[in-house]
Amino acid sequence: MAEKILMKGNEAIAEAGIKAGCRYFFGYPITPQNELPAYMARRLPMEDGVFLQAESEVAAINMVYGAAGAGARVMTSSSSPGISLKQEGISYMAGSELPGVIVNIIRGGPGLGGIQPAQSDYLQATKGGGHGDYRLLVLAPQSVQEAVDLTLEAFDLADKYRNPVMILGDGMIGQMMEPVEFKKEISPEDLPKKEWATVGNKGRKPNVINSLSLQAEKLEELNLRLQKKYVQMKEEEVRVETIKTEDADYAIVAFGSMARIALSAVERAREEGIKVGLIRPISLFPYPEQVVGKVAEQVKFLLTVEMSCGQMVEDVRLSANGRCPVYFYGRSGGVVPTSQEIYEQLMELVRGEKE
Amino acid sequence: MKEIIIAGFGGQGVMLMGQVLAGAGMIEGKEVSWLPSYGPEMRGGTANCHVIVSEERIGSPFVSSPDVVVAMNLPSMDKFAPQLKEGGLLIINSSLIDDEPERKDIRVIKIPANELAAEVGSDRAANMVALGAIIEKVKIVEVDSIISSLKKNLPERHHKLIPLNEEALKRGMEAARE
Repeated sequence: MAEKILMKGNEAIAEAGIKAGCRYFFGYPITPQNELPAYMARRLPMEDGVFLQAESEVAAINMVYGAAGAGARVMTSSSSPGISLKQEGISYMAGSELPGVIVNIIRGGPGLGGIQPAQSDYLQATKGGGHGDYRLLVLAPQSVQEAVDLTLEAFDLADKYRNPVMILGDGMIGQMMEPVEFKKEISPEDLPKKEWATVGNKGRKPNVINSLSLQAEKLEELNLRLQKKYVQMKEEEVRVETIKTEDADYAIVAFGSMARIALSAVERAREEGIKVGLIRPISLFPYPEQVVGKVAEQVKFLLTVEMSCGQMVEDVRLSANGRCPVYFYGRSGGVVPTSQEIYEQLMELVRGEKE
Repeated sequence: MKEIIIAGFGGQGVMLMGQVLAGAGMIEGKEVSWLPSYGPEMRGGTANCHVIVSEERIGSPFVSSPDVVVAMNLPSMDKFAPQLKEGGLLIINSSLIDDEPERKDIRVIKIPANELAAEVGSDRAANMVALGAIIEKVKIVEVDSIISSLKKNLPERHHKLIPLNEEALKRGMEAARE
């Protein structure tokens, strides 16, 4: 097994990209993810790769489109306002069925917002963001190690579905250091050939990469094909962790770094004899509807905790589908809820339930 | 599990202190996390990092009620001493802090980190003196692990400074013992 090293989340995600065979990175700086492009700028030339700081986020995502079209494993990263700028290109990638990995290290919004951690881009990431009927596969790590593992997986998933995949972290995941190990490494030469890529058409019919389709019926065909992929994702790519839900009377739902803070609150409540569990969605699209729904049948309520004014709570309500009340607690703008705050919210609801 | 906040002004090496400590925990096979403050507060005000060293899986990497606070300057003491757990440990850099902490329900040790560091050759090693005080008072990692971690964290070109840093660590440990 590889040796453990202490790494910042941003740098670890970058190294994971390289280990996944990514040799092309296009980006534009923004806090709190700057260590990611900075690391790529240092490391990619050593691997005969290309790091390019584009003139804007819009340019960067279109460079990603180009490299993906040429069949390369390619990556970009940004933080909230920069990701907003990339939405047009992301929609084009989805429409052209191009794989690529996009990292969003969320900061507080809206607008230029702040630079402290937040989760307020959940809806943007999972419900579209750009225009049209498309979805991203969205993965939300809770630790630096998981950020590495999910980034390695993200490239495989992007190729499997020919669809962009988003790694959704926050300033905490990006900035913190934890021990990590890289469990695999793939060389770009060992990756399967992409028959659809535009790499020169000598001896065969040209491949076309395009998202423009002026015939309505043709465009509908594309949409139906995309929808089939999203159904397949729902069947095959749901990732979720449940902790202490087996005997739970109540459960908290939280993702990413928020889930870790919530876990501290869960453990404290357990020490007091309150049977609380934690559901931690890892894939935010596809959402673990069935797991949340099943726990909703068993518990007296679900408490969703987010670093936002309440976004994932909509998916929790849809998944619970009336089977139990769904409450929400969150802080926004870059304020990180403490485990104490979450514990107090939980206990207040538990007391209310008993009355 | 020990939750530690290390704070000072930019340039005192508080981030490195935290990284060396977390790295030492990792070398010993423990669970560790290091979370820095980042952003505008790093200029002029206090820089700080949250370090957790634990035998078990770490929940929140964000420390809201620390077991240990290391205050390298006065604004850091003012900001973080109130957050300490009851009975927690406050390590004060008495070279730069004359004030007494207000709380009476905590343990306090005063280490003249800058002076002790200057005695071994450079007051820039004040962070290592304070780190020595931490590991002496809170037995979370061995001094050998700190030194191995320091070697990993310092760029090669600074490795000639390791003996000085080791000396600073030891002075901090001695000062904390007294």
